[in-house]
Amino acid sequence: MGNEFFSLLYSFHFYLFGLIAVAAAIAFVTRKSPVAAAMWLVVTMFCLAALYVMMDAQFIGVMQVLVYAGAIMVVFVFVVMLLNLGHPSELSDISGKWGRLFAGFLGLALVAEILTLTRSPMDLRLVVPTIPVTVTSTGGIIGGVSGPLFREYLLAFELTSVLLLIAIVGAVVLGRKRSAS
Amino acid sequence: MMLQEPMPTGHPLADTVAQYVWLLPVLPLLGFLLNGALSLKAAAKLGPNDPSAAGEAGGHAGDHTDAHISLDDHPVVRHKYAGLVSLIGPGVLVIAFGLAVAIFAAMRSVDMAQPYVETLFRWMPVSDLKINAALQLDPLSMVMVLVITGVGALIHIFSVGYMQDDPGYPRYFAYLNLFVFFMLLLVLGANYPVMFVGWEGVGLCSYLLIGFWFSDKANADAGKKAFIVNRIGDFGFLVAMFLLFANTGSLDFAGIAASVDRLPAGGAVVTAICLFFFLGCTGKSAQIPLYIWLPDAMAGPTPVSALIHAATMVTAGVYLIARSSLLFSLAPVASLTVALVGGLTALFAATIGLKQWDIKKVLAYSTVSQLGYMFVGVGVGAYTAGVFHLVTHAFFKALLFLGSGSIIFAMHSAYHATHNHSDDAQDMRNMGGLKKHLPVTWVLMWIATLAIAGIPVFSGFVSKDAILGAVFERAQGSTLASASLLGIPGSTLLYAVYAFGLAAALLTAIYMTRMMLYTFHGPSRTGEAAEPHLHEAPWIMTGPLVVLGLLSAVGGWLNLPAFLPLGPQGVFDKWLEPVVGEATTRIAAGGGALAGSTEQALIGIAVAVAIAGIAIALVRLKPAALVPKKDSPASTGFAKVLEHKYYVDEAYDRAIVQPVVNGSKYILWKGVDVGIIDGLFVNGSALLARAMGWMGAQLQSGQISTYAWVLVLGVIALLGAFVRVH
Amino acid sequence: MIAEALALSALLFTIGVVGVLTRRNAIIVFMCVELMLNAVNLSFVAFSKLYGATGQVFVVFVMTVAAAEAAVGLAIIISIFRHQESVNLKDINLLRG
Repeated sequence: MGNEFFSLLYSFHFYLFGLIAVAAAIAFVTRKSPVAAAMWLVVTMFCLAALYVMMDAQFIGVMQVLVYAGAIMVVFVFVVMLLNLGHPSELSDISGKWGRLFAGFLGLALVAEILTLTRSPMDLRLVVPTIPVTVTSTGGIIGGVSGPLFREYLLAFELTSVLLLIAIVGAVVLGRKRSAS
Repeated sequence: MMLQEPMPTGHPLADTVAQYVWLLPVLPLLGFLLNGALSLKAAAKLGPNDPSAAGEAGGHAGDHTDAHISLDDHPVVRHKYAGLVSLIGPGVLVIAFGLAVAIFAAMRSVDMAQPYVETLFRWMPVSDLKINAALQLDPLSMVMVLVITGVGALIHIFSVGYMQDDPGYPRYFAYLNLFVFFMLLLVLGANYPVMFVGWEGVGLCSYLLIGFWFSDKANADAGKKAFIVNRIGDFGFLVAMFLLFANTGSLDFAGIAASVDRLPAGGAVVTAICLFFFLGCTGKSAQIPLYIWLPDAMAGPTPVSALIHAATMVTAGVYLIARSSLLFSLAPVASLTVALVGGLTALFAATIGLKQWDIKKVLAYSTVSQLGYMFVGVGVGAYTAGVFHLVTHAFFKALLFLGSGSIIFAMHSAYHATHNHSDDAQDMRNMGGLKKHLPVTWVLMWIATLAIAGIPVFSGFVSKDAILGAVFERAQGSTLASASLLGIPGSTLLYAVYAFGLAAALLTAIYMTRMMLYTFHGPSRTGEAAEPHLHEAPWIMTGPLVVLGLLSAVGGWLNLPAFLPLGPQGVFDKWLEPVVGEATTRIAAGGGALAGSTEQALIGIAVAVAIAGIAIALVRLKPAALVPKKDSPASTGFAKVLEHKYYVDEAYDRAIVQPVVNGSKYILWKGVDVGIIDGLFVNGSALLARAMGWMGAQLQSGQISTYAWVLVLGVIALLGAFVRVH
Repeated sequence: MIAEALALSALLFTIGVVGVLTRRNAIIVFMCVELMLNAVNLSFVAFSKLYGATGQVFVVFVMTVAAAEAAVGLAIIISIFRHQESVNLKDINLLRG
């Protein structure tokens, strides 16, 4: 009985967050003002974070909030403010009626295809290593992720750090004001 | 060029002068080439009055009125080569006539049961179809040759005087010679294709000569009309040839005569062939419904009207039917149609002639009417009568036309002498009392009038009476009488044709007398200033008139009927018997000759009708009551309808010409040419190239949105490849 | 749950695609790309329930790269804005050719 109630609650929340995410995404795509759009995107991200937590990826959920919503979106808003693009922009921002219509059709086609493909039995030729997420005593919940991160995927991890370095350098260089030259 | 096949050695005419029969058409052809060369040579430096010169300098020569003589304000410059042309032009005709007479003499001394065919070269050998360029000499073609070269020579001589001051003098004779060449080809051809070459060629020359003074648009239009209407008839000729070949496998006369039994008598095939040939005849010989070009053709010089539209070209249709007599005798329905149309045309044209004021138009409608008689003759199977009327008609109609040429010549010289450029020299209302100024012409034209009216013993009487007698005889009993057309029995139709013929004879007498009265008798309406300048034409023009007058008077002796024992009987009939005898017998089968009393009664009626016509005209018409053309009131009522030729031209224009013109303009020109070919194909392909270029340009537009679109489309396409719909 | 998560992921992804196609403001297009990345993250997490930690590790990487990309990308946009005063995609076509 408790299990059933729990699963019902679980489903209800899943759908709730899912719905809000979709609604916020649609709202995000249709805003004229970049700042408003950014805000709606943040809402979507929060919902996704909630979904991650519900799916036993708590670390990811927290990372989502901290990094995505808290850092990346903030950078976006900073840039919007910097370039003074906060005002609802000219009408030419969104493409015309036919463009939207056709884009809608394409979207429907894409969704239909993806759904069909995900339902169909696909044989995964590549062997996905299954590493169970273990909650260790030393690492806790994070340990399940960080363990493989520093063991099996160490190389990728190190490369990512190099990537971040490059990104920082690049951003600084590109963002620098050119002195009259 | 000659003799790729062995000469017909079997024929008695071989090795006589007849082997030079090819010279007959070649001589006028030579004349054409020489005169044409002279005309082109002189055209390099155009004279001031040449109609080919653009601008108004040539305008005066482009008047629709003909007969150019000394113009006081333009001193006339005779063409540089006029003398040479005067020698070559008529010269070749005279030589050709001499040769024709020699060949005729040779033919008279042998038995002409078989025609003499001389093959010149292989023309179109195509599997089963073997057409040679061959000339055929037999009694029928000889008759035509004599008429063409004889009357033609006289008219050429007349033209020397008539056209003496025309700047297009060599061109005129070149065309005239070319015409004679084609006409001789037509009558001498041994097969239908050679005849067709001549048929079309005379149509071409008719166009060239009608529109001789082409700088006046009306003349050019008349030429066009003649040519186009002729072409409609030519279509009929062609279809008949196709049918003939398809059903008999041969197109030469000998071959057809041999295989004619293959065609079921009275069947649909033979009837179709004959009817299509007759369509060609209605075009060439101006019968209903294609007669409309002949009155307009009077725009050409008067000698042209005499030669082409009286004596020779328009008789080609009659010759065709006589030549195809075997076929027509096998198709009673077609022959009935020919006779009926001929009779209707005779009457119809005669009514119109009653109310025409232009002297040449009266003669034009008279020609149409007399051609109707000829077709009646060949239609009822009296081929000799029809051809005989052709011959006599050539005499008196040429005389009438040349005589009117003299009159117009005189009127023109009078008007020019008085600087009168506004009055019409051809309108009878401006004439009157000319007999004291042109006595010779007066006498000769009266002879011709009596001949055409059918007064004994002139030539016209003999020929016309033979035709009417034959109609009556066939009506009483023949294959025609037993056949029926559109449900009406043949004998009824033939009696009706006889009635038409009689009525037309009456009207002929009336309108011809009317013409003579208004022109020569009564008070003069030419005006006191111009009248003293009227005089007879020079002898070079009057001489041929005299010869023709003589022939019109005594021409009847060629075919004296039984009741007129003034000389040898039926010479012409006997002469043509080898050619048309069989067909005549076949048509007349089922009936007997007319009883002597009936025949005499018919003749009496005919003569009475002719005399009555002349009397009516003399009594009822008052030339004194006429006023000159510019003061004449417009006609009203039925007279107006007749004067306007029953508005047939206007009806054709509305019904046929305008729809074709509009169709061409809006559908073919604007729709197809401009719209489809220009717009769709030419401009469209250019547009397509531009569109392809535009599409290519989009690939590198630099627009990120475009790239994004393409990307997404590509992804969807790619994913779609993996989707398997269950 | 996994199937629904995948469906949701597909939906969000598509919304992101539509946004990329429709919008002309470069920054908003960028944000749509971020939305697409988020959708992909969701499907990785969903798969991680089936196949283990690899999915979540990948999400870490995705987020890192997304951050780097956002930084550099926005720097580029700032550069462009300094050049021609507009971030409308229609005006950014110097690569035309």
